[in-house]
Amino acid sequence: MTLAFEQLLNGLQLGVLLYLVAAGLTLVFGVMRVVNLAHGSFYMLGAYFVVAFASWTGSLMAGAVLALAATTAVALVVERLVIARLYRREPLDQLLATFGIVLFFDELAPLVWGPAGLTLALPPGLAAGVQLLPDLAVPVWRLVILAAGGLVAAGLGIVVARTRTGAWIRAGAADPETAQTLGVNLPLLFRGVFALGAALAGLAGILTAPLLTVQSGMGNDILVLAFVVVVLGGLGSMRGALAASLALGILDTAGRAALPELLAAVLSPEAADTAAPALSSMVVYVAMAAFLWARPDGLFPAPRR
Amino acid sequence: MNIRLVAAVAAIALVAVALGVTLSGKRGDGVRIGFVTTLTTASAAIGIDMRDGFDLAVEHMGGTMAGLPVTVFYEDDGLDPEIGRQKTERLVQRDGVQFISGYIWSNVLLASVHAAVEQGVFVIGANAGPSQLAGEGCLAGFFSTSWQNDQTPMAMGEVLNRRGVDNLYLLAPNYAAGRNMVAGIERTYRGAIAGTDMTQWPGQLDFSVELAKVRAANPGAVWVFYPGNHGTKFFTQYAQAGLLGVIPLYSTFSVDALNLPVIGPLVEGLLLTQHWSPDLDNAANRRFVDGFRARTGRTPSFYAAQAYDAAMLIRSAVEATGGDLDDKDALRRALEAADFESNRGDFAFNNNHFPIQDFYLREVVRTEDGGFGTRVVDKVYTAHRDPYAGQCAMTP
Repeated sequence: MTLAFEQLLNGLQLGVLLYLVAAGLTLVFGVMRVVNLAHGSFYMLGAYFVVAFASWTGSLMAGAVLALAATTAVALVVERLVIARLYRREPLDQLLATFGIVLFFDELAPLVWGPAGLTLALPPGLAAGVQLLPDLAVPVWRLVILAAGGLVAAGLGIVVARTRTGAWIRAGAADPETAQTLGVNLPLLFRGVFALGAALAGLAGILTAPLLTVQSGMGNDILVLAFVVVVLGGLGSMRGALAASLALGILDTAGRAALPELLAAVLSPEAADTAAPALSSMVVYVAMAAFLWARPDGLFPAPRR
Repeated sequence: MNIRLVAAVAAIALVAVALGVTLSGKRGDGVRIGFVTTLTTASAAIGIDMRDGFDLAVEHMGGTMAGLPVTVFYEDDGLDPEIGRQKTERLVQRDGVQFISGYIWSNVLLASVHAAVEQGVFVIGANAGPSQLAGEGCLAGFFSTSWQNDQTPMAMGEVLNRRGVDNLYLLAPNYAAGRNMVAGIERTYRGAIAGTDMTQWPGQLDFSVELAKVRAANPGAVWVFYPGNHGTKFFTQYAQAGLLGVIPLYSTFSVDALNLPVIGPLVEGLLLTQHWSPDLDNAANRRFVDGFRARTGRTPSFYAAQAYDAAMLIRSAVEATGGDLDDKDALRRALEAADFESNRGDFAFNNNHFPIQDFYLREVVRTEDGGFGTRVVDKVYTAHRDPYAGQCAMTP
């Protein structure tokens, strides 16, 4: 029972991280129709920046705030130099250009921070466990991740649905030309949306930095899953991204947690040993294929235009 | 796709082919050695350490073998078997190398080795030791200056028996080497196995799920194989999960001179098995370790030690044939003789061209300068042979 609850928390935590990355990805696609492969680079930059700034200021909080600001600043520069030129281009051009950005940052990071990768030690207060159940202590930081994800999901929901900025975002996504005619400053909106998306990815990077090795190419691992989320949720749909992230996080965790035992009950031990790891790493993609077969446009399809 | 793009790609391909032809015309000037390793991605630090080790060996031999100048071509496999194979083919066809060394990853080596060996190019594996090349699939043109994958964990299994561990949880990544490592432990370890988790390679983000299972199984000890940065990530999360110091941890190839400066405080006292250690006391090792420290300011990793040995092995063969690089049979016999001083001490080739060598138990300790290092605690195996050699049809 305790184990099942702990694994559920692990699944939710993975889901929340996926959501933070996928939300920006789907936002940028929904509003700007740009498939942004470089999104993972902002996740990586967030992680590198928080290690750098936390050791410079000596405070994790200050480091996180500075890292968020720095990631956003880099995103604004990238938008100005590269992305802004892509809005009217073919998807192939967008893929090539944003893939170029990925390679650029993946090579730049080891030059600046060294090839060995960095780690970020949590202050004792955040590394300590909270006793959730009599025999289950969960590190505070993992709860921080869950809380941050929940706040961002709620905040984004309110901004997009209830505020004037949200109305602009929705208008820009639904019909950019009409929106522009009605006085929406599209270039500014696009820049803002891109920066917001990058900031969310950067936040995910900041939150994972203490858990993982901060290293070049770390964004590419999570980007593939984030794309699965975006496609499953329906391209451009924020609630789709939220639902799909949480579902995938829990599904992936369940596959890793339970498949070896399940298969061992059906197959011979040798066959189960070989099949379980292969299958559990495929679970997410098998689920995606099956789901898209039933609903090709994803959970919450965006209106076509 | 428009016609101009196709034309451009075709033009580039033609130029590349033409360039390849002209460059391969430059054969025949000295000893040409390819070195395939990982110089980009998160594992770049390993490749750079190997390159430094190989460069140091070439420097120690004055840049020549049997009076011939030595040229080394370093190539990056990007952690990808397909890229590794392409780079290997390019080294053989364009650069006209006589030897290729390097290869950190078993899956990259397996994808690449035949492309070289079938063209009469000798491959000197300087890290990966997959079982597929040690048994029935052993190759006359492949030699290893590292170990067969099973050997180091076999030594660890022996250590676990001696220390009375009777309930063990195994964690390793799910690729060729990870499966060999687990097989190696299971070959010698006699206690019960509480569970085995093979995690995704190389993309696993987080070990929280597996660590929750470990905690629930509450084994007597945990053994892991997570090389390079993956080790850093695993040990950090093991500590964050509150398991450090609660469930004893043993590892093979997961702590090295590259990640020790980062994770030292987490792994102080950790036991690992290895065929080599920077503090092994022999003349070749002192020269290697001192030279490496002077050159780079770092303590060498076992990866660098193996690369250094690979260069020394190649030189011994080239000198034995008097610099005749066309007599492949003579070169092969000279390589088999392994007439060089290894930085691990005693070294001889088995019939399958993997080393017969000693294995040591090492412990992570604090060094006098406040950093972390390892020291040899015990010798586990003397002149150990890998378990697959019997299936190899080659005779010594």
